[in-house]
Amino acid sequence: MQKEPEQAIATEIAKQNTVTNNNKVIKKLVLIVFGMFGFGFALVPLYDVFCDITGLNGKTNTSAATYNADGIDTSRTITVQFITRNAQGVPWQFEPVINEMKVHPGEMKFVKFYAKNEATHDIVGQAVPSVSPGIAAAYFQKIECFCFTQQPLKASEDVEMGLQFYVDLELPPEVTTLTLSYTLYDVTEKVAS
Amino acid sequence: MTTDVLNETTNDHDSHDEHHDDHKMTGLKRWLYTTNHKDIGTLYLWFSFIMLLTGGALAMVIRAELFQPGLQIVEPDFFNQLTTVHGLIMVFGAIMPAFTGLANWMLPMMIGAPDMALPRLNNWSFWILPFAFGILISSFFMESGAPNFGWTFYAPLSTTYSNGSTAFFVFAVHIMGISSIMGAINIVVTIMNMRAPGMTYMKMPLFVWTFFITAYLLIAVMPVLAGVVTMLLTDTYFGTSFFNAAGGGDPVLFQHIFWFFGHPEVYIMILPAFGIVSTTIPAFSRKKLFGYSSMVYATSSIALLSFIVWAHHMFTTGMPLFGELFFMYCTMLIAVPTGVKVFNWVATMWRGSMTFETPMLFSLAFVILFTIGGFSGLMLAMTPVDFQYHDTYFVVAHFHYVLVTGSLFSIYAACYYWLPKWTGNMYNDSLSKWHFWCSLISVNLLFFPMHFLGLAGMPRRIPDYALQFADFNKWVSIGGFAFGLSQLIFLAVVIKCIRGGEKAPAKPWDGAEGLEWSVASPAPYHTFSTPPKVD
Repeated sequence: MQKEPEQAIATEIAKQNTVTNNNKVIKKLVLIVFGMFGFGFALVPLYDVFCDITGLNGKTNTSAATYNADGIDTSRTITVQFITRNAQGVPWQFEPVINEMKVHPGEMKFVKFYAKNEATHDIVGQAVPSVSPGIAAAYFQKIECFCFTQQPLKASEDVEMGLQFYVDLELPPEVTTLTLSYTLYDVTEKVAS
Repeated sequence: MTTDVLNETTNDHDSHDEHHDDHKMTGLKRWLYTTNHKDIGTLYLWFSFIMLLTGGALAMVIRAELFQPGLQIVEPDFFNQLTTVHGLIMVFGAIMPAFTGLANWMLPMMIGAPDMALPRLNNWSFWILPFAFGILISSFFMESGAPNFGWTFYAPLSTTYSNGSTAFFVFAVHIMGISSIMGAINIVVTIMNMRAPGMTYMKMPLFVWTFFITAYLLIAVMPVLAGVVTMLLTDTYFGTSFFNAAGGGDPVLFQHIFWFFGHPEVYIMILPAFGIVSTTIPAFSRKKLFGYSSMVYATSSIALLSFIVWAHHMFTTGMPLFGELFFMYCTMLIAVPTGVKVFNWVATMWRGSMTFETPMLFSLAFVILFTIGGFSGLMLAMTPVDFQYHDTYFVVAHFHYVLVTGSLFSIYAACYYWLPKWTGNMYNDSLSKWHFWCSLISVNLLFFPMHFLGLAGMPRRIPDYALQFADFNKWVSIGGFAFGLSQLIFLAVVIKCIRGGEKAPAKPWDGAEGLEWSVASPAPYHTFSTPPKVD
């Protein structure tokens, strides 16, 4: 009989300890939950940095590069192909003036792309480049490109747009053909807002 | 301080005394307001079974459409909705809640705790689930239709090309995620703080271990899923460009984030199954589990490896060679701890006094058929052959072998193993064997020919196929209908068992071990109010 209250106190203390312990664990777990939620979003810039270093997703430089190749490597010839496509529902005619060309690494080249707004209203277009194989993306240097800016075209207006580029001397030897693909998007609404 | 505690103790004690008989509310309120782990476990299990039948019904329509070549029953767009919602319901509605239900019912009893650590949270984590699936399923009745972009909801299918169901989908997934996270937090806290005195970590039953590790996986990756669906939502409706190349995003990024969640997710659905068969196989072999500690380490290493293999789902996205090799070798590495587990189960049976009650039959089928699913997984892990198998029925065969004959069979094993403890009655033995044999034969007729279809090049997620696939598809569909009907036998067994039957003793299986068998059958509403002593 004497022992009962003591035991009750002991169990109660144990219970209280459990509650404080529970709270400690819950706090840590909730922190992990929020941390991982943030990590999901952190993957977005991390992925960009990672791709920038490795050229993983075929993205090329988004602002003008300066020409700094050490001469021209005439021992290698690279085929550069140009592809264009319109994102769903963009009423533009959009195509390269020439479909492919041979270049030596380090050699500067200039090509033109033709675009015509076939709609009856003004549209702002944005071309997004991608290089395949992705590993070569980091070695494809654009000095001047219409993709650096948006292209506002009035109804039925057309334009020839220039691209000046060179292929880096360091281009991995297994790459002999490069495909540069432009996808044209309609960004009129985004520009307006 | 001490007197305070004393006062509280006495108060608490008084109020407790009123509670002490099986204080249950009646009718619907009992289930709505319950904080009892056994009630919530029951709710989870019934919910997941209803979802299994719902998702199964969708699969029946899919198989009916694929019974012969050409389009006969559904439109291609509706077919896409069926495959999408079938996948979502089976993953998030059937398998995961069934495991949470088993955890709720069994974990406290196995570690000698009176209840889960956070009973109110427990009530919430169950009761938000029906709303999540209500939202998802209601989208079938909307003008736009249900999600039709596959359960993997790749951008831009789910953003630019969505049929307008993205918001329903995103909110449903958010609620499912919150429910899983709350459930997982509850499991971790319960296991860390509520174990009976003397039960050290390495004395916990393996069932408890696997749920412990699974709960950590859930806590780590469900928030990432919540993040990726949030990005999807803002991309679709608020003009952000996470996955939209026009605004500087990248659709491949979606796949990276999704599979960073998605691969641990598949282990969330299989690790608890490992725990279940590690409980049943020793019981019916009348031997201790072979290599207990190696099982614990194998489970942990599978869980850790699951974080560095996600890109094996994306071999064909144009990864550099180094990436493909890295993810290929890491994936194959998982076969090592998994092999340890299969070895240990077989070694447990070796020279045991085996008997073949229904839970053991399901466990044995699990070991064999899950291993087949594991082998086809190894084949898919090889980058060069994956280019051939990618997005074919070979993949469908693979993941149904691990999820149906793996996870689902283990859940049936668990149900048959603990049903006497839950209801207090033995179930009809011959009916349960009918369930097993019908399921076993039909499930193989259903999924095995899919391997051949896939190897021959039949693509998945397409409502029509070339004529040369007609014969196999006919058999697959017949297997599908038979498997679907066989699950109704299980419903009959459970209902009969709840209604009555031979009274079950406290421990109906003579080789069974564990604290749950030390309480009466059916398990009293409150168990282990004073913790047992474990030595």
